[in-house]
Amino acid sequence: MSKEEDFRKYIKKVYRLTALFSGLFIIAGGILVIYSVNPDFFNFRKESTTPVYVAIEEDEDTIENGIHVRTGLVDAEGLMTVVNNCTNCHSAKLVIQNRMNEERWNATIKWMQETQNLWDLGNNQSIIVNYLVTNYPPPELGRRANLSDIDWYELKD
Amino acid sequence: MKRREFINKAGLTTLSTIIGAEIVYGINLPKDYSPLALQDPDPFKMFNKHKEMVVLNDKPWNIEAQAHLLDDAVTPNSCMFIRNNGLIPKDIDAKAWTLTIDGESVTNKKTYALADLKTKFKQYTYQLTLECGGNGRNEFNPPAKGNQWSVGAVHSANWTGVRLKDVLEDAGIKSNAVYIGYHATDVHLSMDPTKEPISRGCPISKALQDETLLAFKMNGEDIPIAHGYPLRLVAGGWPASVSGKWINRISIRNKVHDGTKMTGTAYRVPCEPVAPGEKVKDEDMCIIESMPVKSLITYPKTGAIINEGNTLNIRGHAWAGELEVRKTEYSIDFGATWQVCRIEKPVNRLAWQHFKAEVKFPKKGYYEVWAKATDSNGVSQPMLLPGWNPKGYLNNACHRIAVKVK
Ligand code: HEC
Repeated sequence: MSKEEDFRKYIKKVYRLTALFSGLFIIAGGILVIYSVNPDFFNFRKESTTPVYVAIEEDEDTIENGIHVRTGLVDAEGLMTVVNNCTNCHSAKLVIQNRMNEERWNATIKWMQETQNLWDLGNNQSIIVNYLVTNYPPPELGRRANLSDIDWYELKD
Repeated sequence: MKRREFINKAGLTTLSTIIGAEIVYGINLPKDYSPLALQDPDPFKMFNKHKEMVVLNDKPWNIEAQAHLLDDAVTPNSCMFIRNNGLIPKDIDAKAWTLTIDGESVTNKKTYALADLKTKFKQYTYQLTLECGGNGRNEFNPPAKGNQWSVGAVHSANWTGVRLKDVLEDAGIKSNAVYIGYHATDVHLSMDPTKEPISRGCPISKALQDETLLAFKMNGEDIPIAHGYPLRLVAGGWPASVSGKWINRISIRNKVHDGTKMTGTAYRVPCEPVAPGEKVKDEDMCIIESMPVKSLITYPKTGAIINEGNTLNIRGHAWAGELEVRKTEYSIDFGATWQVCRIEKPVNRLAWQHFKAEVKFPKKGYYEVWAKATDSNGVSQPMLLPGWNPKGYLNNACHRIAVKVK
């Protein structure tokens, strides 16, 4: 089997999956509407054991304690621009782990554009870089840091 | 998690019908593996990992161990780090798997069925230490780019397979061969089928070493999917990225392989040392080959409290890339004095070595036990961070644990 064939099969599956989930969402939406109009509508039997399973989309961009729950990014100016441009290929965990100044962020973005298919960010680039340097500044580590977060325990022999 | 509470059993069956049942049942996957699309990505279950493993990134998967999880002489799958550059291939069919040997410097381009590789060539098992080039990256200052590995991106498992050398020689190596480069079936994060997430390799001399394997077993079983099932190149002692997973092609090159992550700054360090944070041009970056000498205290776990007068037994592993470790020492006074540990010989070349020592403390208080290894060329680990480099590779600074005597 060639790689392309593999990949086409794979894309097909992703496509089917996407279609399926869109379908689910539409059905779920319908169910929600009916349910909100008439909560008894689905009570076919009184002691039904099969719950109704609903995909809930409304918490997609929930913020809790200043954190965008879905991605773990800090809620601050530029958040959604970062969410929409920087969490598509890899998870936000890779973004949050990295601490850089403006110049190095711009270089990293350029590298992703040249080698990893990242698109032109236009005016959004300065919004993104500004968000990153403001909310994820590089720590001052020195040449060797103190040991931290030590979980002390009694060692039995 | 919240958004996924909607799939019931019936739903799952329907799902697998729509997606294609072969995803769920058809592939020769280890038990308990089910495709990501259908479940919360619980990597601990999906990859059979120890619950104390640390997830650095969930897309692509990057998961590391902690020092105390690496205490076994031979690392079990549950405590082996995962460094993926792209998405794990789906639809792996080991029965249909082939490996092609091609490139400018192959005499006869040849394709082998995986089953033929196993029967046609003699099989060997070696314990091989693989350390991610970026292990220890999280200590560099200013911070270096990439996954922020701490100490746990290293393992030493038993690998079984055929010698790469035997297969390359079967296809024929032209005298102008310089390098080999692997190709694999993982998928680029952008989903672009023309892009390879990673395609690295090594000089022909490393490829021809006895211990460089085309492996199909890890610790006596099929290689787990996250570690390269059904076929992985294993080149111990070099950055683990040389040991390509899910490989289906190896090119014998007449020049240094130029695949993804061979060029630019990937797995390269400045050819000449630079000041921390200095900009380095791509052409001034050199490819990392053998990894430097390093050691890890795997027992006890950091944070041990012991009673005054008691002896603390410490142990761990040391390794030195292509070389052997000649000596390991420990210090409880930040390097003012060093005591020698007992160290075993490696079970084979490129396997890590085990050290141990009994430590006594002069009085109550806070201590750090530092370990330091020295390789067969007399080169030791630094106590401070070694030379800064833009991508934060090769941090082999001494490992240390905190201990309190009360
Ligand atoms: C089109 C896909 C794509 C998008 C969109 C994308 N990246 Fe990346 N990025 C990648 C790939 C591929 C890598 C390499 C991943 C790896 O090696 O594990 C990467 C790596 C990184 C790294 C690690 C750099 C290194 O040297 O290892 C950082 C930090 C990063 N991305 C931040 C971002 C930010 C910030 C954005 C938004 C502007 C973004 N990414 C958007 C594809 C993308």
